Amino acid sequence: MKMRSAFRSLLAAAVAGAFAFAGPAEAQQKVKIGFISTFSGPQGVMGQFMKESVELAIEHLGGKVGGLPVEVIYRDDQVKPDVGVQAAEELLKKEQVDFVSGIIWSNVMLAVVPVVTGAGKIMVGTNAGASPLAGSQCNKLYFSTSWNNDQTPEAMGKFLQDSRVNDLYVISPNYQAGKDMVAGLKRYYKGNIVEEIYTKLGQQDYQAEITQLRSKNPKAVFAFLPGGMGIQFLKQYDQAGLRDQLPLYTVYTVDEISIPAVKDAAVGIYETRYWSPDLKNPQNEKFVSDYKKKYGKLPVFYGAQSYDGIMLIDSAIKAVKGNLKDVDGMVKAMEKANFPSLRGPFQYNVNHHPIQNFYLLRAEKTAGGDIEMHIKKTIFEKHKDAYYQECKMK
Amino acid sequence: MTALVFEQTLNGLQLGVMLFLMAAGLTLVLGIMNIVNLAHGSLYMVGAYLTVAAFRWTGSYLLGVALGLAGTLVVGMIVEIVVLRALYARDHLDQVLATFGLILFFNELVAIIWGRAALFASGPSWLAGHIELFTGSRYPLYRAAIIVVGLVVAVLLWYVVTRTRLGMLIRAGASNRTMVAALGVNIRLLYTLVFGFAAALAGLAGLMAGPIYNVQPGMGELILIQVFVVIVIGGIGSVRGALVGAIIVGIVDTLGRAFLKPLLGTLISPPAAESAGPALASMLIYLLMAAVLAFRPQGLFPARGG
Repeated sequence: MKMRSAFRSLLAAAVAGAFAFAGPAEAQQKVKIGFISTFSGPQGVMGQFMKESVELAIEHLGGKVGGLPVEVIYRDDQVKPDVGVQAAEELLKKEQVDFVSGIIWSNVMLAVVPVVTGAGKIMVGTNAGASPLAGSQCNKLYFSTSWNNDQTPEAMGKFLQDSRVNDLYVISPNYQAGKDMVAGLKRYYKGNIVEEIYTKLGQQDYQAEITQLRSKNPKAVFAFLPGGMGIQFLKQYDQAGLRDQLPLYTVYTVDEISIPAVKDAAVGIYETRYWSPDLKNPQNEKFVSDYKKKYGKLPVFYGAQSYDGIMLIDSAIKAVKGNLKDVDGMVKAMEKANFPSLRGPFQYNVNHHPIQNFYLLRAEKTAGGDIEMHIKKTIFEKHKDAYYQECKMK
Repeated sequence: MTALVFEQTLNGLQLGVMLFLMAAGLTLVLGIMNIVNLAHGSLYMVGAYLTVAAFRWTGSYLLGVALGLAGTLVVGMIVEIVVLRALYARDHLDQVLATFGLILFFNELVAIIWGRAALFASGPSWLAGHIELFTGSRYPLYRAAIIVVGLVVAVLLWYVVTRTRLGMLIRAGASNRTMVAALGVNIRLLYTLVFGFAAALAGLAGLMAGPIYNVQPGMGELILIQVFVVIVIGGIGSVRGALVGAIIVGIVDTLGRAFLKPLLGTLISPPAAESAGPALASMLIYLLMAAVLAFRPQGLFPARGG
C-alpha cells in the first residue's frame, strides 16, 4: 500500500514536471480568463446573462481575445464571499488563469480582489461597485467596467432635484448597499423626504409598506429593490393601483430580467443607468441585435458590462502583442480604455473606475407590445464617482 | 388612523392565511407521519409553476388552478412513494438530509424546464382591481380573495379532520399508528393520501402567491422558515394550532413592520428608532417563537394525544 502510494506520487511529480516544462510555451499561445459570477439559486439568472454576453463578445472577436486563442473558465460564487474566494484561488493556482473577471456582489468582490491582485494578476470587475475599491482600497491591478455603487442613485437624485420633485418616499433593503444607495440619492436630492423605510433583505411582501406609503401622501417614490424584491414590489405597487397615480423612480429595480416577470406592471417606471439596449452607437446596436438573434431576448446591463470586460482585456493583450507576462504594460494599456465600449464614451479615472454618462430611462410599451427601457435624457455627462480622490494608487 | 390599522390588520390576515395553507400541510405530515419535510417549500414552488404553465396552456385561470392543484397532489404522492417511504424508520436527521436533497432536486428541475429567470404569473382579470373599504381606503381584490379562500380551506380542513372517517383515521394515525395498522387500516395508503393532500395545500398557497410574489426557482425556501415558526408557535401536528399560529405570525409581522418604528420613536430618540425599528421588526416573529418555546414548549394548541 505504502509502496504504491509512493509510486503514485512519484508518477504525479513526473507528470507535473513534464507539464511545468511544457507550461511557458503553452501559455504564450493561449489566454485563460477565470469568470466568477452567480450561476445557481434564484440569482443564477444574472450570471447566465453575463456568461451569454461573454460568449457573444468572444464570438465578435473571432473566437480569440487579444489575438490569442482563449479559454474562459466559469465558476459559481453562490452569492457567498468565501465561495468566491475559493473559486478565485482555484482559478489562480490550479487553472493558472491570466485574468479574473465577473462578480455581481460587492461583498464577494471585496473578498476576491485582494486574492487576485495579491497573486499579481489583473482583476476586471464587471458589476459590483463597492466604494472602498474606488477609494481607499483602490489597486493598480483592479479595473471596473461597471460603476461605483453611489453613482446611479446620484443620477436619480440629480434628476429629482432638477425636476423639483418634493415629498419623496424612500424604500430600500436594510443592508449596506441599501444604505449606500440612499446616501447617493441624498448627495444630490435636497428636497423633503417624507419617510425612509428599510425593509428586510429578501422580503417578499410589501403590502404593509405600500399601505403605510399611501397614508403618508408622498408626491413620488424612490425605490432600490434589486432582483426578486423588485419583481414583487412592482407587482404589488401595480396591484395597489399606485402605478398610474404616484410616479415611481428606481435604481436597479426595473431591468431586462425583471420586465418579463412583471410585464405591464413595469410600464411608466423610471430608472437611471449608464447603458440601455436602445443606446445609439454602432457596437451597441450590433451587440443588441446579435444577442437577440442568438438568445431570443434582450440583453441586460450585467451582460453589457461583462461584454465590455472582455473587450477591455482584448485591448490590453493586443497592446502588449500577446505577451501575457507584461502585466505593467497591460495595466497601462487598460488605463487608456482603448476599446469600443457598448456605452460609447468611456474613459478611466485615476482609480480605474469609469467616467461615463448617466441617463434617465423609462419602461415603455413598444408598438409591437413589448416592454422596453428607453433613454429619455442625459442626466450626467462624464460623471466621476465620489471616492476617486481618496485613491492613492500604488 | 383606525382605517390604517384596519387595513394593516387585513394585510396581516392575508399573510397569515398564506402561512396557514403551508403550515397545515407541514404540521399534518410532521404530526401524523413524523416526517420533517424541508421540501414542503418545493411543493409550494411546484404548485406555482404548474399553475402558470397550465394557465398559459389552457388560457383559463380556473382550469390552470385545477390542473396545478391536481399536478401538485400527484407530485406529492410520487415523492411520498419514491422517497419518504424509505425514511419512516430513520431518525429526523436522515429525513432532513433527504428532504434537503429534494429541495436541490426540485430547484434544478424547474430551472431546467422553465429557466432560472422569474416567470410572469398573473391572476385572473376578474380579480384585478380593488374593493373600497372606507372612503380613500382601498384593498386589492386579489388579496381579499386569498383571505376568503384561506378561511374556506380552514373550515373544510376542520370538517374533514373532525367530522369524517378519513379525518378520524388521520387523528388515530397521529395518536398510535401501530394500533391503527393492527385494526386493518392500510396505513401506507393513508400516509400517501395525507402527504398528497398536504402537497396540494402547499400547491394552493404557491399558486395564489404566484401573482403577488416571484415565481422563480428557490421561491419556496423564502416562506418555509416562517412556516416552521408558525408550527412551533401553534404546536406540532395541530391544524387548529397552525391556523392560530399563522394568523398571529402574519399579524405580528405586518403590524411590526408598519408600526414598530413610529412606536419606538415615541419611546427612544428618533434616530435610534430609525435603526432599531426595521431590525427589531424583522426579528419580531422569532422573538415570539422564543417566548412560546420558553413558556409553552409544546406550542399554543398542541395536538391532543400526540
